[in-house]
Amino acid sequence: MRRELRAEWTKARTAPGTAWLLSAVVVLTAAASAAVAATVSCTAGGCDQDVPRLGLAGIQAGQAAVAIMAVFAVTGEYGSGMIATTFAAMPRRGRVLAAKAAVLTGLTLAAGTVAVLASVLAARLILPGNGFTAANGHPPPSLADGPTLGAAAGTVLYLALIALLSLGAATALRDSATAAGVVCGVLYVLPLIPHMLADPGWRRLLWQATPANAGLAIQTTTHLDDLPLGPWEGLGVTAAWAAAALLGAWLLVRTRDVRA
Amino acid sequence: MTDPSTVMTDPTTGGRDGFPHLVRAEWTKFRTVRGWVAGMTLAVVLVVALGLLSAAGSHASCGMGGVETACTLTTGPGGEAVSDRFFFVHRRLDGDGSITVRVDSMTGQIRLPDTVPGVRRVVAGVVPWAKAGIMVKDGVREGASYAAVMVTARHGVRMQHDFTEDVAGRSGGVSPGSPRWLRLTRSGGTLTGYESVDGRRWTVVGTARPAHLPAAVEAGMFVASPGDLTVSRGDLGGASVQVRFTEATAVFDQVRVEGRAGGTWSHDDVGVAYEADGRTPHHPGRFTESGGAFAITGVGDVAPSVDGMRIESTLSGLVAGLVAVIVVAVLFVSAEHRRGLFRTTLLAAPRRGRAFAAKAVVVGAVAFAAGLAAALTVPLGARVLRANGNAVLPVSTFTELRVVAGVAALTAAVAVLALACGALVRRGAAAVAAVAGLVVVPHILATASVLPPEVVRWLLRLTPAAGFAVQQSVPEYAQVLGYYSPQGGYYPLPPLAGLAVLCGYAALAAVLAAVRIRKGDA
Repeated sequence: MRRELRAEWTKARTAPGTAWLLSAVVVLTAAASAAVAATVSCTAGGCDQDVPRLGLAGIQAGQAAVAIMAVFAVTGEYGSGMIATTFAAMPRRGRVLAAKAAVLTGLTLAAGTVAVLASVLAARLILPGNGFTAANGHPPPSLADGPTLGAAAGTVLYLALIALLSLGAATALRDSATAAGVVCGVLYVLPLIPHMLADPGWRRLLWQATPANAGLAIQTTTHLDDLPLGPWEGLGVTAAWAAAALLGAWLLVRTRDVRA
Repeated sequence: MTDPSTVMTDPTTGGRDGFPHLVRAEWTKFRTVRGWVAGMTLAVVLVVALGLLSAAGSHASCGMGGVETACTLTTGPGGEAVSDRFFFVHRRLDGDGSITVRVDSMTGQIRLPDTVPGVRRVVAGVVPWAKAGIMVKDGVREGASYAAVMVTARHGVRMQHDFTEDVAGRSGGVSPGSPRWLRLTRSGGTLTGYESVDGRRWTVVGTARPAHLPAAVEAGMFVASPGDLTVSRGDLGGASVQVRFTEATAVFDQVRVEGRAGGTWSHDDVGVAYEADGRTPHHPGRFTESGGAFAITGVGDVAPSVDGMRIESTLSGLVAGLVAVIVVAVLFVSAEHRRGLFRTTLLAAPRRGRAFAAKAVVVGAVAFAAGLAAALTVPLGARVLRANGNAVLPVSTFTELRVVAGVAALTAAVAVLALACGALVRRGAAAVAAVAGLVVVPHILATASVLPPEVVRWLLRLTPAAGFAVQQSVPEYAQVLGYYSPQGGYYPLPPLAGLAVLCGYAALAAVLAAVRIRKGDA
């Protein structure tokens, strides 16, 4: 396993896109969070905003960069045909996939931590200017506050799970554009489906089952009773999706021919 | 043996690669790749299936005296849904004439959200759009043509007619110390509204030509008070809008009708709703008269109504379809780069800008056709919704066509944008993510109410997602207080302006891609 990890780490380190994508995760997340913080306002009359969730809203943009990083981690080799060489050098394909997943998780956790810290910092700097003060009952986010810390840490974990989900999907699909389309669909279109249904039971069920809706419940710190499921349970749903995607990818990689 | 060059070139263009020829070549490529055709078909199926599924699952019925019936909407002379509920004290007016009144005061009450469940909390006050004034109307039927000049609680004097038309006069309300004089004069089909502070010097507020005004009309005083609106958090991050009872009372005196006025003053509570027994009016209006002064209390509004489903509500699956379109459009160019086929394409058509233009034409045309097929959900879905008893806001045929053609144009523009990004970035996944991030994501953040409305409005002005405005079928009315949020389907830009923003992005990306292809390496 060390051999595979070393090989995948070397690939990730030396591929030209990795540094760009890691900085894209940080910049997109922080910039989008800052943009959201700059456009909301809270009056003395009060506002009904979940401040940690506002401060971390940039994750909606950042998760796309994470997904692309995961897609490139595997489809690059399929596109160029290098995957045949990889599997010739390391015939235990399950281990290759595990090593890719481990390296990707490490990179995502690192970039995600920086991105989340930058978002919280931006929110701390910008929100007080828009009326989010302790006097209005909405102090700017602080990591010393338990629920906020939970939301921030959970968001980093969410990003890692999205990376794994995307890696699994890309390994199964092998084509980068198709994989990116499917992952975008899962991240951005699937969350809409519950809102299209009239039946409240189905709405709730589908909301609970979509990885982006359920997973981002981790950012919620107020009105927790309105949520169809708890924050950590929600993250569990995303984890189940990631596990299912990786399992499917593992089965396909083991049984299928190397190239399409 | 034929000379191979005759296969590649068209003699009518003097041996150069004719553009129609290139388009045909690209079209042949497109239709022979099974995955791309399947992708476009999937896009159409996704939109239609999701739309019809949501329409089929949406049922409604309206109670009418204990009997469940389909929900119906009152329509105005222009065919749009209207709210026509007010208290009207009127008399017949034949031919030309005028009516003059002095409005002395306006008071009212507003019901606030209950703090103790079940206990009504009513306070004194008037809502900003509470109206009191004079009106000339084609009878007392709901939705009939009218023209009116009125004073409102917070929006000054207004001249309105046929529900949708609204002209502002001088600002300021009425109070016992400062009354307001109003006059409405009919001359043929034209009505002119005047206002005055002293009854001597008059200023014109506006003129109106209502759609159907017969020779004999009802002229008189009216009072209306639209419901108060509160927006609160709904489930799953949505917003729930609550409308609560309000009423307004205005005192009129110095009433003078000139012209052939017939009969005595009669009164109607136009558009009043009834309790479950079908006889007792629900929140009735009333009036008293003493010594030529009328105190009239009214409930409701005389204005366009935005209370109902919209024809484009069945297009919620459009974003899903667009993701499929984006993937296909990106693959249409990135697949050639990956397999080195683009070098062959350029050998066959050395004028590189034209080769790219041909691709754009083909993918744009295919996406337009797919968008048109997908947009047929709109008329079909509206039919299903109405059959299920839902009140769907009626729109003109022109608006419906604009929505359908607009969705097709939107799909085409997104496809061209995706193609251009694919040619610029050359890495399929990056191009798909970039275009989805520019087009689909802002719109989803807007409709799923993940972000606050102010942020969403800016996103829908500045990003290519502005193009989704083309599907809005019901405009925002300045004279109706409503929850005009992107979640509710109200876009910050007008339909065609939004589409123009998207087309601008697509054109810019196409130009950059053409430059890159001409200058860069294949």
